[in-house]
Amino acid sequence: MINDVILAAKGLTKQFKGFVAVNDVDLQVDRGSIHALIGPNGAGKTTCFNLLTKFLQPTRGTITYNGRDITRMQPADIARLGMVRSFQISAVFPHLTALENVRIALQRQRGDSFDFWRSERVLSGFDGRALALLDEVGLANFAVAPAGALPYGRKRALEIATTLALDPEMLLLDEPMAGMGHEDVDRIAGVIQRIAQKRTVLMVEHNLSVVARLASRITVLARGKVLAEGDYATVSKNPDVIDAYIGAGHG
Amino acid sequence: MAAETQNARTQVAAPALTPPASMMGMPRHHLLIFLGLLALGLIGPFVLYPVFLMKVMCFALFACAFNLLLGYGGLLSFGHAAYFGSASYVSAYAAKAWGLTPELAILLGTATAAVLGLVFGALAIRRQGIYFAMVTLAFAQMVYFFSVQAPFTGGEDGIQSVPRGHLFGLIDLGPDRSLYFLVLAVTFFGLLLIYRIIHSPFGQVLKAIRDNEPRSISLGYRTNQYKLAVFVLSATLAGLAGATKALVFQLASLTDVYWTMSGEVVLMTLLGGMGTVFGPIVGAAVVVTMQNYLATFGAWVTIIQGVIFVVSVLLFREGIIGVLGRWLKKPL
Ligand SMILES: Nc1ncnc2c1ncn2[C@@H]1O[C@H](COP(=O)(O)OP(=O)(O)O)[C@@H](O)[C@H]1O
Ligand SMILES: [Mg+2]
Repeated sequence: MINDVILAAKGLTKQFKGFVAVNDVDLQVDRGSIHALIGPNGAGKTTCFNLLTKFLQPTRGTITYNGRDITRMQPADIARLGMVRSFQISAVFPHLTALENVRIALQRQRGDSFDFWRSERVLSGFDGRALALLDEVGLANFAVAPAGALPYGRKRALEIATTLALDPEMLLLDEPMAGMGHEDVDRIAGVIQRIAQKRTVLMVEHNLSVVARLASRITVLARGKVLAEGDYATVSKNPDVIDAYIGAGHG
Repeated sequence: MAAETQNARTQVAAPALTPPASMMGMPRHHLLIFLGLLALGLIGPFVLYPVFLMKVMCFALFACAFNLLLGYGGLLSFGHAAYFGSASYVSAYAAKAWGLTPELAILLGTATAAVLGLVFGALAIRRQGIYFAMVTLAFAQMVYFFSVQAPFTGGEDGIQSVPRGHLFGLIDLGPDRSLYFLVLAVTFFGLLLIYRIIHSPFGQVLKAIRDNEPRSISLGYRTNQYKLAVFVLSATLAGLAGATKALVFQLASLTDVYWTMSGEVVLMTLLGGMGTVFGPIVGAAVVVTMQNYLATFGAWVTIIQGVIFVVSVLLFREGIIGVLGRWLKKPL
């Protein structure tokens, strides 16, 4: 049923100067699902994201998105295909306002923006949509604040709003809730659940209760290899998984 | 469920977000500063030595062009003398050897800088940070050695007694006062163009790339194309400054392409405030004034300049205008 798989990796491997960070990983993400990638620190989760979104070139293996081989593509073009990632460390544009952050993504609808002779006021047509997106993640009151001045949890929320502005078919979220307080976690979990009604989400998350609540499928990674895969009940009972978590710790 | 009420609220809030703009989509205080500068520029030659003011203007334009790349593109070039100097040589040669009218000489010099910027930029933007700076420096040194060797540059003497000619073949630019108003017009055109670039859809993407390149890529921007575009724009405007300077001093020389020229523009920009609209203008004015009035100290100028630079960078890292803007709580 090739049509139900939106993103697939086969034999994905990444070596850094002899050290194998990702080792022969097979991964299939079903369209419309929330798929979680978990594992102890250093397991290779972020590296996997970098490979899937082409920020890193795999040493071996192939990646297909919507049935199309994207192994050799450029990262900006991956985004243009509808697969947009977030970053583990918060990635906002600190000197732009929250509104401008979201607008940068909306601006992509114009295609390329090489028009240096035109006033930026042509972008004000996106303001309404940008505000609505900010509102969706609880940032409506922060629209004119410089993104760099926002508290950490708000920055992460802004990233999600910015990502959503591209209306991507698939989102890759790298620890979207790391370092957040309870309230923020609940709010973002709600947002992700709402996002996934129309989209596919692949997320790295350490908060296992969130993973249990959101993800329909979980892939456990340890030392660059897939250790287990399945729903939460299956995976959490797997003795290898329990071992890996107790052995290496996480956080 | 709350979506409807929230949407209603956004509709009300949206207009208030557009900054209070007056002419040309400029916030009022920027417009006032530009008008003030223009007034100064018009009164200036009747109060101060016109050649001195023309020098300030050429370097102000050079520094603003450099700041476009560094302050808004996040790219530190250590070889901007290549564009300033090559344009200076070409416009001087075109005016002297080919007898081109001044506007054509300036255009030709500027175009040379643009082409050079395109070639060097395409190769340099593949590198990041300090490597980018080193590559730009290496290219500038190549231009310098070429200028030392090439027959038409006049070697150590440079190209001297460049005729200022007649603008459009009509207006005699020989007198300082008449050339002055051409330089004022060129500088103002350049400054307004840079202002527009910074505040354009392109400028928005540029600032985003400066702030966080990987994130810009993940949003689908092919960032290298934007970096190249701003590199070429910056080199072109630096060339416009250099070409104009050749007519002001009626001279193109090795000083224009030497690495110290690249250093000076960095100094002007940092002193005035990188990433501010008006900082580089102030920085250029300060440095040129210092060089003129301290000229009697001979070699000490360089040392005094160095000390002032170190002290100011230590005291206010955001530069003169950066600090001022923070006090006034208004981006300048
Ligand atoms: N660019 C790199 N060069 C060398 N080693 C790297 C690089 N990126 C990641 N690694 C190593 O790869 C391993 C996996 O890292 P990462 O994918 O960040 O793990 P995770 O996200 O699961 O915590 C770590 O041991 C890390 O040190
Ligand atoms: Mg990680």
